[in-house]
Amino acid sequence: MRPFTYARPDTLADTLALLAERGPDARILAGGTDLVIRLRDGSASPVVVVDVKRVPELAPGIRVDAGTLVIGAGTTMTELAAHPLVRRDLAGLAEAAAVVGSVQIRNRATIAGNLCNASPAADTAPSLLVHGAVIVAAGSAGQRRIPLDGFFVRSGVTTLAPGELVLAIEIPMPASLIASAHQRRTRRRGHDLASVTLACGVDATGVTRVAYGSVGPRPILRVDASGVLADPASTDDARAAIFETIFADASPSARSMRAGPDYRLAMLRVLGRRALATAQARLAAGG
Amino acid sequence: MPSTRVPIELTVNGSRREVDVEPSATLLDALRDDLGLTGAKECCLVGECGACTVILDGRSVDSCLVLAVEADGATVLTVEGLASRDGRLSAIQTAFLDQGGVQCGFCIPGQLMSAHALLAEHPHPTRAEIEEGLAGNLCRCACYEQIFAAVEQAAHQAAAEAAS
Repeated sequence: MRPFTYARPDTLADTLALLAERGPDARILAGGTDLVIRLRDGSASPVVVVDVKRVPELAPGIRVDAGTLVIGAGTTMTELAAHPLVRRDLAGLAEAAAVVGSVQIRNRATIAGNLCNASPAADTAPSLLVHGAVIVAAGSAGQRRIPLDGFFVRSGVTTLAPGELVLAIEIPMPASLIASAHQRRTRRRGHDLASVTLACGVDATGVTRVAYGSVGPRPILRVDASGVLADPASTDDARAAIFETIFADASPSARSMRAGPDYRLAMLRVLGRRALATAQARLAAGG
Repeated sequence: MPSTRVPIELTVNGSRREVDVEPSATLLDALRDDLGLTGAKECCLVGECGACTVILDGRSVDSCLVLAVEADGATVLTVEGLASRDGRLSAIQTAFLDQGGVQCGFCIPGQLMSAHALLAEHPHPTRAEIEEGLAGNLCRCACYEQIFAAVEQAAHQAAAEAAS
Protein backbone atom coordinates (compact mmCIF):
# COMPACT_ATOMS: atom_id res chain seq x y z
CA MET A 1 0.00 0.00 0.00
CA ARG A 2 1.14 3.51 -0.68
CA PRO A 3 1.94 5.31 2.60
CA PHE A 4 -0.65 7.51 4.25
CA THR A 5 -1.20 8.98 7.66
CA TYR A 6 -4.02 7.86 9.92
CA ALA A 7 -6.33 10.11 11.88
CA ARG A 8 -8.91 8.97 14.40
CA PRO A 9 -10.87 12.01 15.54
CA ASP A 10 -13.07 11.66 18.61
CA THR A 11 -15.53 14.42 17.78
CA LEU A 12 -17.66 15.40 14.81
CA ALA A 13 -16.23 18.94 14.89
CA ASP A 14 -12.66 17.62 14.62
CA THR A 15 -13.69 15.27 11.80
CA LEU A 16 -15.38 18.00 9.78
CA ALA A 17 -12.43 20.36 10.34
CA LEU A 18 -10.03 17.68 9.12
CA LEU A 19 -12.13 16.92 6.04
CA ALA A 20 -12.42 20.64 5.25
CA GLU A 21 -8.68 21.20 5.69
CA ARG A 22 -7.47 18.17 3.72
CA GLY A 23 -10.13 18.17 0.99
CA PRO A 24 -9.58 15.47 -1.64
CA ASP A 25 -6.42 14.31 0.17
CA ALA A 26 -8.62 12.77 2.88
CA ARG A 27 -10.65 9.57 2.67
CA ILE A 28 -13.16 8.43 5.26
CA LEU A 29 -12.65 4.96 6.72
CA ALA A 30 -15.61 3.17 8.29
CA GLY A 31 -15.77 -0.62 7.88
CA GLY A 32 -12.91 -0.66 5.39
CA THR A 33 -14.25 -3.55 3.33
CA ASP A 34 -14.10 -1.43 0.18
CA LEU A 35 -11.55 1.24 1.11
CA VAL A 36 -8.75 -1.09 2.22
CA ILE A 37 -9.04 -2.98 -1.08
CA ARG A 38 -8.78 0.33 -2.95
CA LEU A 39 -5.84 1.52 -0.83
CA ARG A 40 -4.07 -1.70 -1.74
CA ASP A 41 -4.80 -1.67 -5.48
CA GLY A 42 -3.99 2.03 -5.70
CA SER A 43 -7.39 3.13 -6.99
CA ALA A 44 -7.61 5.29 -3.87
CA SER A 45 -4.43 7.05 -2.72
CA PRO A 46 -5.32 9.49 0.07
CA VAL A 47 -2.71 11.38 2.04
CA VAL A 48 -4.73 10.90 5.19
CA VAL A 49 -7.21 8.18 6.12
CA VAL A 50 -9.83 9.47 8.55
CA ASP A 51 -11.24 6.69 10.73
CA VAL A 52 -14.69 7.82 11.88
CA LYS A 53 -15.49 4.84 14.10
CA ARG A 54 -14.95 6.79 17.33
CA VAL A 55 -17.15 9.74 16.40
CA PRO A 56 -20.22 9.46 18.67
CA GLU A 57 -22.64 11.01 16.15
CA LEU A 58 -21.88 8.19 13.68
CA ALA A 59 -22.03 5.39 16.22
CA PRO A 60 -23.72 2.12 15.29
CA GLY A 61 -27.21 1.68 16.62
CA ILE A 62 -30.87 1.57 15.64
CA ARG A 63 -33.47 3.57 17.52
CA VAL A 64 -36.91 5.09 17.08
CA ASP A 65 -36.95 8.82 17.61
CA ALA A 66 -40.20 10.82 17.30
CA GLY A 67 -41.79 8.53 14.73
CA THR A 68 -38.58 8.03 12.77
CA LEU A 69 -36.32 4.99 12.69
CA VAL A 70 -32.73 6.23 12.93
CA ILE A 71 -29.88 3.97 11.81
CA GLY A 72 -26.43 5.21 12.85
CA ALA A 73 -23.95 5.52 9.98
CA GLY A 74 -21.59 2.97 11.51
CA THR A 75 -24.24 0.25 11.90
CA THR A 76 -22.91 -2.96 10.37
CA MET A 77 -24.71 -5.33 8.05
CA THR A 78 -24.62 -7.95 10.82
CA GLU A 79 -26.36 -5.57 13.23
CA LEU A 80 -28.96 -4.56 10.64
CA ALA A 81 -29.76 -8.15 9.66
CA ALA A 82 -30.17 -9.23 13.30
CA HIS A 83 -32.13 -6.28 14.69
CA PRO A 84 -35.65 -7.31 15.77
CA LEU A 85 -37.28 -4.05 14.70
CA VAL A 86 -35.62 -4.15 11.27
CA ARG A 87 -36.56 -7.80 10.80
CA ARG A 88 -40.17 -7.09 11.75
CA ASP A 89 -40.86 -3.76 10.05
CA LEU A 90 -38.24 -3.53 7.28
CA ALA A 91 -37.98 -7.16 6.24
CA GLY A 92 -36.56 -6.27 2.83
CA LEU A 93 -33.71 -4.34 4.45
CA ALA A 94 -32.92 -7.17 6.88
CA GLU A 95 -32.88 -9.61 3.94
CA ALA A 96 -30.60 -7.35 1.92
CA ALA A 97 -28.13 -6.82 4.78
CA ALA A 98 -28.00 -10.58 5.36
CA VAL A 99 -26.73 -11.34 1.84
CA VAL A 100 -23.96 -8.74 1.59
CA GLY A 101 -20.62 -10.55 1.26
CA SER A 102 -19.79 -13.12 3.93
CA VAL A 103 -20.08 -13.14 7.73
CA GLN A 104 -16.63 -11.55 7.96
CA ILE A 105 -17.60 -8.76 5.54
CA ARG A 106 -20.98 -8.16 7.22
CA ASN A 107 -19.24 -7.84 10.60
CA ARG A 108 -17.31 -4.80 9.29
CA ALA A 109 -19.28 -3.29 6.38
CA THR A 110 -21.44 -0.34 7.42
CA ILE A 111 -24.72 0.94 6.04
CA ALA A 112 -23.26 4.39 5.34
CA GLY A 113 -20.31 2.82 3.55
CA ASN A 114 -22.65 0.72 1.42
CA LEU A 115 -24.50 3.89 0.36
CA CYS A 116 -21.55 6.28 0.07
CA ASN A 117 -19.61 3.95 -2.22
CA ALA A 118 -22.66 4.34 -4.45
CA SER A 119 -22.09 1.01 -6.12
CA PRO A 120 -24.96 0.33 -8.53
CA ALA A 121 -25.05 -3.13 -6.92
CA ALA A 122 -25.35 -1.86 -3.31
CA ASP A 123 -27.73 -4.36 -1.73
CA THR A 124 -29.21 -2.13 0.96
CA ALA A 125 -30.08 0.64 -1.52
CA PRO A 126 -33.25 -0.85 -3.09
CA SER A 127 -34.93 -1.63 0.24
CA LEU A 128 -33.98 1.76 1.68
CA LEU A 129 -35.40 3.46 -1.43
CA VAL A 130 -38.63 1.48 -1.08
CA HIS A 131 -38.95 2.55 2.56
CA GLY A 132 -38.37 6.22 1.76
CA ALA A 133 -35.01 6.53 3.53
CA VAL A 134 -33.44 9.92 4.07
CA ILE A 135 -29.72 10.60 4.50
CA VAL A 136 -28.70 12.86 7.39
CA ALA A 137 -25.49 14.57 6.28
CA ALA A 138 -23.23 16.93 8.19
CA GLY A 139 -20.74 19.45 6.86
CA SER A 140 -19.04 22.57 8.07
CA ALA A 141 -22.19 24.50 7.10
CA GLY A 142 -24.36 22.32 9.34
CA GLN A 143 -26.70 19.40 8.85
CA ARG A 144 -29.06 18.67 5.98
CA ARG A 145 -31.34 15.85 4.91
CA ILE A 146 -31.12 14.24 1.47
CA PRO A 147 -33.86 11.86 0.29
CA LEU A 148 -32.04 8.69 -0.77
CA ASP A 149 -33.44 8.90 -4.30
CA GLY A 150 -31.59 12.21 -4.63
CA PHE A 151 -28.33 10.82 -3.20
CA PHE A 152 -27.01 8.47 -5.88
CA VAL A 153 -25.44 9.89 -9.05
CA ARG A 154 -23.38 7.07 -10.50
CA SER A 155 -20.89 4.48 -9.31
CA GLY A 156 -18.75 6.08 -6.61
CA VAL A 157 -20.48 9.47 -6.88
CA THR A 158 -23.17 10.88 -4.59
CA THR A 159 -24.67 14.32 -4.05
CA LEU A 160 -22.70 14.73 -0.82
CA ALA A 161 -20.73 17.98 -1.00
CA PRO A 162 -16.96 17.94 -0.46
CA GLY A 163 -16.28 17.73 3.26
CA GLU A 164 -19.72 16.32 4.07
CA LEU A 165 -20.28 12.95 5.69
CA VAL A 166 -23.25 10.78 6.58
CA LEU A 167 -24.36 10.73 10.22
CA ALA A 168 -27.38 8.48 9.98
CA ILE A 169 -30.12 7.09 7.79
CA GLU A 170 -33.70 7.95 8.74
CA ILE A 171 -36.77 5.97 7.80
CA PRO A 172 -40.27 7.30 8.43
CA MET A 173 -42.24 5.10 10.80
CA PRO A 174 -44.29 3.16 11.25
CA ALA A 175 -42.36 1.42 8.49
CA SER A 176 -44.84 -1.43 8.84
CA LEU A 177 -47.13 0.64 6.64
CA ILE A 178 -44.92 -0.63 3.82
CA ALA A 179 -44.33 -4.40 3.70
CA SER A 180 -41.10 -5.10 1.83
CA ALA A 181 -39.07 -7.96 0.40
CA HIS A 182 -35.62 -8.18 -1.18
CA GLN A 183 -34.43 -10.48 -3.96
CA ARG A 184 -31.01 -10.87 -5.50
CA ARG A 185 -29.04 -12.87 -8.03
CA THR A 186 -25.32 -13.42 -7.65
CA ARG A 187 -22.79 -15.73 -9.24
CA ARG A 188 -21.43 -16.96 -5.95
CA ARG A 189 -23.15 -16.54 -2.60
CA GLY A 190 -20.87 -15.35 0.16
CA HIS A 191 -18.49 -13.43 -2.06
CA ASP A 192 -19.68 -11.81 -5.25
CA LEU A 193 -21.64 -8.62 -5.72
CA ALA A 194 -25.20 -8.80 -6.98
CA SER A 195 -25.86 -9.37 -10.68
CA VAL A 196 -29.34 -8.01 -9.97
CA THR A 197 -30.59 -6.63 -6.64
CA LEU A 198 -34.23 -5.63 -6.15
CA ALA A 199 -36.73 -4.71 -3.46
CA CYS A 200 -40.48 -4.31 -3.54
CA GLY A 201 -42.74 -2.64 -1.01
CA VAL A 202 -46.54 -2.58 -0.90
CA ASP A 203 -48.79 -0.60 1.42
CA ALA A 204 -52.41 -0.81 2.45
CA THR A 205 -53.41 2.03 0.10
CA GLY A 206 -52.41 -0.07 -2.92
CA VAL A 207 -49.23 1.80 -3.78
CA THR A 208 -46.32 -0.43 -4.81
CA ARG A 209 -42.70 0.71 -4.81
CA VAL A 210 -40.05 -1.19 -6.73
CA ALA A 211 -36.33 -0.35 -6.55
CA TYR A 212 -33.54 -2.17 -8.34
CA GLY A 213 -29.81 -1.99 -8.90
CA SER A 214 -26.87 -3.50 -10.77
CA VAL A 215 -28.63 -2.77 -14.06
CA GLY A 216 -27.39 0.76 -14.73
CA PRO A 217 -25.24 3.52 -13.28
CA ARG A 218 -27.32 3.92 -10.12
CA PRO A 219 -30.18 2.24 -8.23
CA ILE A 220 -33.63 3.17 -9.58
CA LEU A 221 -36.92 3.67 -7.69
CA ARG A 222 -40.27 3.43 -9.46
CA VAL A 223 -43.75 3.74 -7.95
CA ASP A 224 -46.96 2.11 -9.18
CA ALA A 225 -49.84 4.19 -7.82
CA SER A 226 -52.42 2.55 -10.11
CA GLY A 227 -53.03 -0.21 -7.60
CA VAL A 228 -52.64 -2.90 -10.26
CA LEU A 229 -49.48 -4.48 -8.85
CA ALA A 230 -50.77 -4.50 -5.29
CA ASP A 231 -54.21 -5.90 -6.15
CA PRO A 232 -54.19 -9.65 -5.54
CA ALA A 233 -57.00 -9.94 -8.13
CA SER A 234 -54.90 -8.45 -10.97
CA THR A 235 -54.06 -10.76 -13.85
CA ASP A 236 -50.47 -11.74 -14.57
CA ASP A 237 -50.70 -9.90 -17.90
CA ALA A 238 -51.83 -6.69 -16.20
CA ARG A 239 -48.98 -6.91 -13.71
CA ALA A 240 -46.46 -7.70 -16.45
CA ALA A 241 -47.49 -4.54 -18.32
CA ILE A 242 -46.83 -2.41 -15.22
CA PHE A 243 -43.49 -4.14 -14.62
CA GLU A 244 -42.47 -3.28 -18.20
CA THR A 245 -42.85 0.44 -17.44
CA ILE A 246 -41.13 0.03 -14.06
CA PHE A 247 -38.12 -1.67 -15.64
CA ALA A 248 -38.00 0.58 -18.71
CA ASP A 249 -35.02 2.51 -17.34
CA ALA A 250 -32.84 -0.52 -16.68
CA SER A 251 -29.72 -0.24 -18.82
CA PRO A 252 -27.30 -3.03 -17.89
CA SER A 253 -23.81 -2.72 -19.32
CA ALA A 254 -22.77 -5.16 -22.02
CA ARG A 255 -19.22 -4.99 -20.65
CA SER A 256 -19.95 -6.24 -17.13
CA MET A 257 -18.10 -9.37 -16.13
CA ARG A 258 -20.96 -10.54 -13.90
CA ALA A 259 -23.84 -11.13 -16.27
CA GLY A 260 -25.01 -10.19 -19.74
CA PRO A 261 -27.74 -7.59 -20.28
CA ASP A 262 -30.28 -10.17 -21.49
CA TYR A 263 -29.89 -12.26 -18.35
CA ARG A 264 -30.13 -9.24 -16.09
CA LEU A 265 -33.24 -7.88 -17.79
CA ALA A 266 -34.91 -11.30 -17.67
CA MET A 267 -34.03 -11.76 -14.00
CA LEU A 268 -35.37 -8.29 -13.11
CA ARG A 269 -38.81 -9.46 -14.16
CA VAL A 270 -38.53 -12.74 -12.27
CA LEU A 271 -37.22 -11.10 -9.10
CA GLY A 272 -39.86 -8.36 -9.40
CA ARG A 273 -42.66 -10.92 -9.40
CA ARG A 274 -41.15 -12.86 -6.51
CA ALA A 275 -40.49 -9.81 -4.34
CA LEU A 276 -44.00 -8.50 -5.03
CA ALA A 277 -45.57 -11.82 -4.02
CA THR A 278 -43.54 -11.94 -0.79
CA ALA A 279 -44.30 -8.30 0.06
CA GLN A 280 -48.02 -8.88 -0.56
CA ALA A 281 -47.99 -11.93 1.69
CA ARG A 282 -46.25 -9.90 4.39
CA LEU A 283 -48.76 -7.08 4.09
CA ALA A 284 -51.61 -9.58 4.35
CA ALA A 285 -49.97 -11.11 7.42
CA GLY A 286 -49.82 -7.71 9.07
CA GLY A 287 -46.51 -6.35 7.80
CA MET B 1 13.10 8.57 5.81
CA PRO B 2 11.83 9.10 9.36
CA SER B 3 9.72 6.34 10.82
CA THR B 4 6.02 6.92 10.46
CA ARG B 5 5.13 4.03 12.72
CA VAL B 6 2.47 4.54 15.33
CA PRO B 7 2.21 2.63 18.60
CA ILE B 8 -0.79 0.41 19.19
CA GLU B 9 -1.75 -1.81 22.07
CA LEU B 10 -3.92 -4.89 21.75
CA THR B 11 -4.75 -8.11 23.54
CA VAL B 12 -3.90 -11.13 21.41
CA ASN B 13 -4.86 -14.62 22.58
CA GLY B 14 -5.07 -13.34 26.14
CA SER B 15 -1.73 -11.49 26.20
CA ARG B 16 -1.33 -7.75 26.17
CA ARG B 17 0.92 -6.76 23.22
CA GLU B 18 2.39 -3.42 22.22
CA VAL B 19 3.65 -2.89 18.71
CA ASP B 20 4.57 -0.01 16.39
CA VAL B 21 2.91 -0.28 13.01
CA GLU B 22 2.86 1.63 9.74
CA PRO B 23 -0.58 3.19 9.16
CA SER B 24 -0.79 1.19 5.95
CA ALA B 25 -0.10 -2.14 7.70
CA THR B 26 -3.07 -4.45 8.05
CA LEU B 27 -3.96 -6.37 11.18
CA LEU B 28 -2.82 -9.44 9.24
CA ASP B 29 0.60 -7.84 8.65
CA ALA B 30 0.95 -6.97 12.33
CA LEU B 31 -0.04 -10.45 13.49
CA ARG B 32 2.30 -12.23 11.08
CA ASP B 33 5.27 -9.88 10.79
CA ASP B 34 5.39 -8.10 14.14
CA LEU B 35 3.89 -10.65 16.51
CA GLY B 36 5.08 -13.84 14.80
CA LEU B 37 1.59 -15.33 14.66
CA THR B 38 1.63 -16.89 11.21
CA GLY B 39 -1.51 -19.00 11.57
CA ALA B 40 -3.72 -16.47 9.78
CA LYS B 41 -2.75 -16.68 6.11
CA GLU B 42 -2.30 -14.01 3.47
CA CYS B 43 -4.10 -15.09 0.32
CA CYS B 44 -6.64 -13.15 -1.77
CA LEU B 45 -6.23 -9.77 0.00
CA VAL B 46 -9.72 -8.68 -1.09
CA GLY B 47 -11.88 -10.30 1.58
CA GLU B 48 -13.11 -13.20 -0.50
CA CYS B 49 -11.19 -16.29 0.65
CA GLY B 50 -11.25 -16.00 4.45
CA ALA B 51 -7.76 -17.47 4.94
CA CYS B 52 -6.87 -14.48 7.15
CA THR B 53 -9.96 -14.76 9.39
CA VAL B 54 -9.44 -13.82 13.04
CA ILE B 55 -11.86 -12.82 15.79
CA LEU B 56 -11.75 -9.11 16.57
CA ASP B 57 -13.68 -8.02 19.68
CA GLY B 58 -15.84 -11.12 19.41
CA ARG B 59 -16.61 -10.93 15.69
CA SER B 60 -14.94 -12.78 12.84
CA VAL B 61 -13.23 -10.47 10.35
CA ASP B 62 -10.94 -10.70 7.34
CA SER B 63 -7.75 -9.36 8.92
CA CYS B 64 -6.46 -8.36 5.45
CA LEU B 65 -9.19 -5.69 5.36
CA VAL B 66 -8.57 -4.24 8.82
CA LEU B 67 -5.77 -1.74 9.33
CA ALA B 68 -3.59 -2.61 12.31
CA VAL B 69 -4.17 0.88 13.73
CA GLU B 70 -7.91 0.20 13.76
CA ALA B 71 -7.27 -2.68 16.14
CA ASP B 72 -5.68 -0.36 18.72
CA GLY B 73 -7.27 -1.27 22.06
CA ALA B 74 -9.00 -4.35 20.65
CA THR B 75 -9.04 -7.99 21.69
CA VAL B 76 -7.96 -10.45 19.02
CA LEU B 77 -8.23 -14.23 18.94
CA THR B 78 -6.18 -16.09 16.33
CA VAL B 79 -5.93 -19.80 15.57
CA GLU B 80 -2.91 -19.97 17.88
CA GLY B 81 -5.26 -19.13 20.75
CA LEU B 82 -7.69 -22.03 20.22
CA ALA B 83 -5.65 -24.80 21.84
CA SER B 84 -5.03 -24.77 25.59
CA ARG B 85 -1.69 -23.49 26.86
CA ASP B 86 -0.43 -27.05 27.32
CA GLY B 87 -1.12 -27.72 23.65
CA ARG B 88 -4.38 -29.66 23.93
CA LEU B 89 -6.48 -29.04 20.83
CA SER B 90 -9.94 -27.53 21.17
CA ALA B 91 -13.04 -29.57 20.30
CA ILE B 92 -13.40 -27.91 16.90
CA GLN B 93 -9.73 -28.54 16.05
CA THR B 94 -10.04 -32.21 17.03
CA ALA B 95 -13.24 -32.51 15.00
CA PHE B 96 -11.51 -31.15 11.87
CA LEU B 97 -8.85 -33.86 12.25
CA ASP B 98 -11.39 -36.61 13.02
CA GLN B 99 -13.48 -35.78 9.96
CA GLY B 100 -10.56 -35.42 7.54
CA GLY B 101 -11.35 -31.75 7.06
CA VAL B 102 -7.68 -30.81 6.90
CA GLN B 103 -6.00 -31.58 3.59
CA CYS B 104 -3.36 -29.07 2.45
CA GLY B 105 -4.15 -27.02 5.56
CA PHE B 106 -3.77 -23.54 4.11
CA CYS B 107 -7.37 -22.44 4.65
CA ILE B 108 -7.80 -24.27 7.95
CA PRO B 109 -6.85 -21.48 10.39
CA GLY B 110 -9.51 -19.29 8.77
CA GLN B 111 -12.06 -22.11 8.62
CA LEU B 112 -11.45 -22.84 12.32
CA MET B 113 -11.95 -19.22 13.32
CA SER B 114 -15.19 -18.95 11.35
CA ALA B 115 -16.38 -22.24 12.84
CA HIS B 116 -15.40 -21.02 16.33
CA ALA B 117 -17.37 -17.77 15.82
CA LEU B 118 -20.35 -19.68 14.43
CA LEU B 119 -20.49 -22.09 17.37
CA ALA B 120 -20.13 -19.23 19.86
CA GLU B 121 -23.26 -17.64 18.38
CA HIS B 122 -25.18 -20.80 17.37
CA PRO B 123 -24.12 -23.70 19.62
CA HIS B 124 -26.50 -26.00 17.68
CA PRO B 125 -26.28 -24.75 14.09
CA THR B 126 -28.44 -26.16 11.33
CA ARG B 127 -26.75 -27.32 8.14
CA ALA B 128 -27.88 -24.07 6.48
CA GLU B 129 -26.40 -22.00 9.30
CA ILE B 130 -23.10 -23.88 8.98
CA GLU B 131 -23.00 -23.30 5.22
CA GLU B 132 -23.78 -19.59 5.66
CA GLY B 133 -21.37 -19.24 8.60
CA LEU B 134 -18.50 -20.65 6.54
CA ALA B 135 -19.51 -19.10 3.19
CA GLY B 136 -16.65 -16.60 3.52
CA ASN B 137 -13.99 -19.31 3.68
CA LEU B 138 -12.81 -21.01 0.51
CA CYS B 139 -11.11 -24.41 0.48
CA ARG B 140 -9.16 -25.16 -2.68
CA CYS B 141 -9.03 -28.84 -1.70
CA ALA B 142 -12.86 -28.75 -1.68
CA CYS B 143 -13.14 -30.36 1.75
CA TYR B 144 -16.42 -28.61 2.42
CA GLU B 145 -18.38 -31.75 3.32
CA GLN B 146 -15.73 -32.84 5.81
CA ILE B 147 -15.46 -29.34 7.27
CA PHE B 148 -19.24 -29.07 7.71
CA ALA B 149 -19.24 -32.52 9.33
CA ALA B 150 -16.52 -31.34 11.71
CA VAL B 151 -18.62 -28.38 12.82
CA GLU B 152 -21.55 -30.74 13.40
CA GLN B 153 -19.30 -33.09 15.41
CA ALA B 154 -18.04 -30.27 17.63
CA ALA B 155 -21.61 -29.05 18.21
CA HIS B 156 -22.84 -32.56 19.07
CA GLN B 157 -19.89 -33.11 21.39
CA ALA B 158 -20.54 -29.85 23.24
CA ALA B 159 -24.22 -30.78 23.60
CA ALA B 160 -23.34 -34.28 24.89
CA GLU B 161 -20.87 -32.84 27.42
CA ALA B 162 -23.46 -30.34 28.60
CA ALA B 163 -25.99 -33.15 29.08
CA SER B 164 -23.66 -35.50 30.97
